[in-house]
Amino acid sequence: MSNSSQKQSWWNNARYRSLFFQVLLVGMLVGFFWFIGSNTLANLDKRGISTGFGFLSLKAGFGILQSLIPFSEADSFGRTFLVGLLNTLLVSVLGIFFATIIGFTIGVARLSNNWLISKLAGVYVEMFRNIPLLLQIFFWYFAVLRALPSPKQSWKAADLAFLNIRGMYLPRPVFGDSFSFVAWTFVLAIVATLFIRRWARKRQDDTGQQFNLWGTGIGLIVALPLLVYFVVGSPLSWDIPKLQGFNFRGGVTVIPELTALLVALSVYTATFIAEAVRSGILAVNSGQTEAASALGLHKNKVLKLVVIPQAMRVIIPQLTSQYLNLVKNSSLATAIGYPDLVAVFAGTTLNQTGQAIEIIAMTMGVYLFISLTISGVMNWYNKKIMLVER
Amino acid sequence: MKKITWALVAAVVTLVISVGFAQASTKEEVQKRGVFQCGVSTGLPGFSIADEKGVWAGIDVDVCKAIAAATLGDATKIKFVPLNAKERFTALQSGEIDALVRGTTWTLTRDSSLGLNFTGVNYYDGQGFMVSKKLGVKSALELDGAAVCIQSGTTSELNLADYFKENKMTYKAVVFDTHDATAAAFDNGRCDVLTSDQSQLYGLRTHLSKPEEAIVLPEVISKEPLGPVVRQGDDAWFNIVKWSLNAMIEAEELGVTKANVDEMKANSKSPAVRRLLGLEGIAGKGLGLNNDWAYQIIKQVGNYGEIFERNVGTGSPLNIARGLNALWSKGGIMYAPPVR
Amino acid sequence: MTVHVTSPSPSLPPPSSSVGVVGWLRKNLFSSVVNSIFTLAGLYLLYTLVPPAVNWALFQADWIGTTRDACTSDGACWVFVGVRIKQFLFGFYPPSEYWRVVTAFSLIGLLVAWLLIDRTPKKSLVGAFTIFCYPVIAYFLFYGGAFGLPVVETYKWGGLMLTLILATTGMFFSFPIGIVLALGRRSSMPIAKSISVVFIEFWRGVPLITVLFMSSVMLPMFIPENMQIDKLLRAMIGIIFFQSAYMAEVVRGGLQAIPRGQNEAAEALGLSYWKSTGLIVLPQALKLVIPGIVNTFIALFKDTTLVLIIGLFDLLAVVQAAFADPKWLGFSVEGYVFVASVYWVSCFSMSRYSQHLEKKLHTGHAR
Repeated sequence: MSNSSQKQSWWNNARYRSLFFQVLLVGMLVGFFWFIGSNTLANLDKRGISTGFGFLSLKAGFGILQSLIPFSEADSFGRTFLVGLLNTLLVSVLGIFFATIIGFTIGVARLSNNWLISKLAGVYVEMFRNIPLLLQIFFWYFAVLRALPSPKQSWKAADLAFLNIRGMYLPRPVFGDSFSFVAWTFVLAIVATLFIRRWARKRQDDTGQQFNLWGTGIGLIVALPLLVYFVVGSPLSWDIPKLQGFNFRGGVTVIPELTALLVALSVYTATFIAEAVRSGILAVNSGQTEAASALGLHKNKVLKLVVIPQAMRVIIPQLTSQYLNLVKNSSLATAIGYPDLVAVFAGTTLNQTGQAIEIIAMTMGVYLFISLTISGVMNWYNKKIMLVER
Repeated sequence: MKKITWALVAAVVTLVISVGFAQASTKEEVQKRGVFQCGVSTGLPGFSIADEKGVWAGIDVDVCKAIAAATLGDATKIKFVPLNAKERFTALQSGEIDALVRGTTWTLTRDSSLGLNFTGVNYYDGQGFMVSKKLGVKSALELDGAAVCIQSGTTSELNLADYFKENKMTYKAVVFDTHDATAAAFDNGRCDVLTSDQSQLYGLRTHLSKPEEAIVLPEVISKEPLGPVVRQGDDAWFNIVKWSLNAMIEAEELGVTKANVDEMKANSKSPAVRRLLGLEGIAGKGLGLNNDWAYQIIKQVGNYGEIFERNVGTGSPLNIARGLNALWSKGGIMYAPPVR
Repeated sequence: MTVHVTSPSPSLPPPSSSVGVVGWLRKNLFSSVVNSIFTLAGLYLLYTLVPPAVNWALFQADWIGTTRDACTSDGACWVFVGVRIKQFLFGFYPPSEYWRVVTAFSLIGLLVAWLLIDRTPKKSLVGAFTIFCYPVIAYFLFYGGAFGLPVVETYKWGGLMLTLILATTGMFFSFPIGIVLALGRRSSMPIAKSISVVFIEFWRGVPLITVLFMSSVMLPMFIPENMQIDKLLRAMIGIIFFQSAYMAEVVRGGLQAIPRGQNEAAEALGLSYWKSTGLIVLPQALKLVIPGIVNTFIALFKDTTLVLIIGLFDLLAVVQAAFADPKWLGFSVEGYVFVASVYWVSCFSMSRYSQHLEKKLHTGHAR
């Protein structure tokens, strides 16, 4: 090929090559799945394992330690899926809440001008993020919580709340029929406050007059429902836990498995959140702070209006990925017997039915759905705040 | 460079496909391999547990050894594969192990829908309850409202639900993956009750910090015949495992022990003993084994009574009475078809 | 004429309250009332936590002995760890063969150190040896079956050794797969791109524990009936897939940081896709992502503890199993602290190293 203008042979043409390569790829992929599929079918058939999702409607026949919806042994395997899922969501939401609080506190503390506090925060971060989470869960559950007393020697607060090795027992609110009035008033008050806020902002933009939103908001959201509560005749009573037989009955129980998992998850995830917060705040150019101070803004306003909004752009993507990690890490529950999705559905239900493929696929599907949804929302949010920047 | 590449490819291939292309016959595969792969528990005193040096012992382990002695003539040629309750059936189905001897309850569902065959019963068990003495409970019927520690993936979980429902009691099940975790949680006081097969309760009791403060309640709420399991569809292997167990029971009935088996082989006139030791009759032919297959079991492992006493009986830390597991002629239900 | 020599009068020393120890204390600990309160609270926290912990772990601890009777004081009983240390390190690996494990790990330690330390000669040769020869050597050392080394079945592997094997194999194999996936995700071929995206997002979207469940329960169903895969290998396959996805994202980050001009310049020189990627883009990108790779390795190293849930005896599992020994009941805290310190020391030093690298690389690429 001495002449460069000579026509290329087809196998050197980039388009044909890429086409050929992709066809090959698809072929391999199809072959791979066909291989797996045919093997699986043959194996299932040979071993006499039943297939399909019919098992979901069969009777489960086992008990679950904690469920947010009514569940008894007579319910179906399908319902064990729901119970497990809700327990996963419960521990995730609580974990995210506590991890965020601890994480922001520690992150800010690391940047404190108090030498001791910033060092302590640093020690916290380095200590907890370099130890495997599973080990931390075991530690809290098997080593720390075992120090709690037996039910008969419970630690108590005014005979209303109790703490022992079986869990924390709190009074449970029992809502009367007319309590719905109070609830609706509350919802309406929040909506009203939001509208007032919009109006107040607009007025401030137009006229410069400020409006005491705090006072009005609190008045609407707290005082109004309270008033309605007494008007309709205090439709709320409390179910207080009592020691009966071996254990406390009534009230709300926070099982120690939940506590251990929650503590470990929040303490561990908080270290990563703290680092995200620190890097976010450090990413804000110090000129920004100085310029804001030069404009005469108060220190709090500098933080609120200048530093935090810019830091959030750095923090939020990292924060989301940490939230996702927390949700996925909550599956370690199975190691200490907290009845989450993996422990209940991919554990007990899998064992009782033997239908590994369907159950593992459903379990993975749930986590995948959560992950993809959150990262989808995140990308949308990222794009939105990017636009504001330009 | 090329050589190195090939060496790498070879290593990767061996790694990736560390296959035994299991043939149709498990027996031939075991004999060719020279090692019998036996699935046992991850650690249950008296049944199958490894010590600090990794040496396995227990009644289930001895059944494994008997199968190895019969098939390979050497009770030490075993690879013990520790399995938890969840993975045991998959391991057997996939051929990772040749037989499963792991306190597995024989039920209709398992026998008929998992592609498995139960070969017999090496321990008649039943589900029971262990409580702390301090609780002052004398019967399982007083357990209303109790928190119950239990291992997941077992029939016990279902029996427990049935029992409490039948007796109109409530309970809270705290479910763990392993025996160790279950016992540790009970020891910490997380539960009032630990439920499992009774034999396991005695074993787990030795793992408590104060074993003398825990008692096993008299109620037995289920039938749990525990036995060795093999894959369905390999009758020759099924027979070998079945008769390895039967030979041990028969030996006890005939009074053949590890100590006197050589003497019996030389001097015994009893036709039953001579048949068992392969001196008369069909001997090992039908099983495709050597004629001295049963002799090897007894010589290297012992008869059923011996392995029971050694591992779980009154001579062991578990201190369990023979009860149902005594021979049929002595008030129990252990019974082997005649070896003839 | 009088000459006024106007020289500035010498500066006064700063007030004594702002220099020296006192000054430092005032500035850093007691600059305001709130700060002082925080400082005192912090000191109180230290006072309540540190002395008892140090006492327990060091001064009141029992160090020597062979049975639990040696543990008489109130402190930690390190005898428990001492008695079982071999099992914690090697699992059930036969003691007569320990040298093989030690050799294999020393060798990789040496090789990696050689590659990481500046100014060692013949890096490319050593690198090629590490990538192509070492895995073969390690395989035969660990598993045996050649050169007169007896076979040690994988079910005997355990303890720290298993943890390290899982982490390093996971890393070793996921690295090339991750690179391919990262290139695939940035490829202009729609099918290659979508396959990579789906693969990456799938494995990143599910928890490792379900991946391990899948590899231990479902994998046996996927392969022909007469074939079987070792339990450890199954776990490894799961870990490799999982890790590849994370590795791909790290590498992609590096690829994105390389200016387009590099690629265009390479093309202008007439280099093919593979040449421009392999010789121009990838080397620069990989250099950038070394800290990220170290960080994913740390994460993987910590995550290997999860294999205990599918019944493999890694360091944590071996230590936990030891708690059940009737002769040594009640020493779980010692066991957990031991495992925690092993992980902590390893992860902390690795993360420090990665931070050091980050700083070093940053100066080269300051923009």
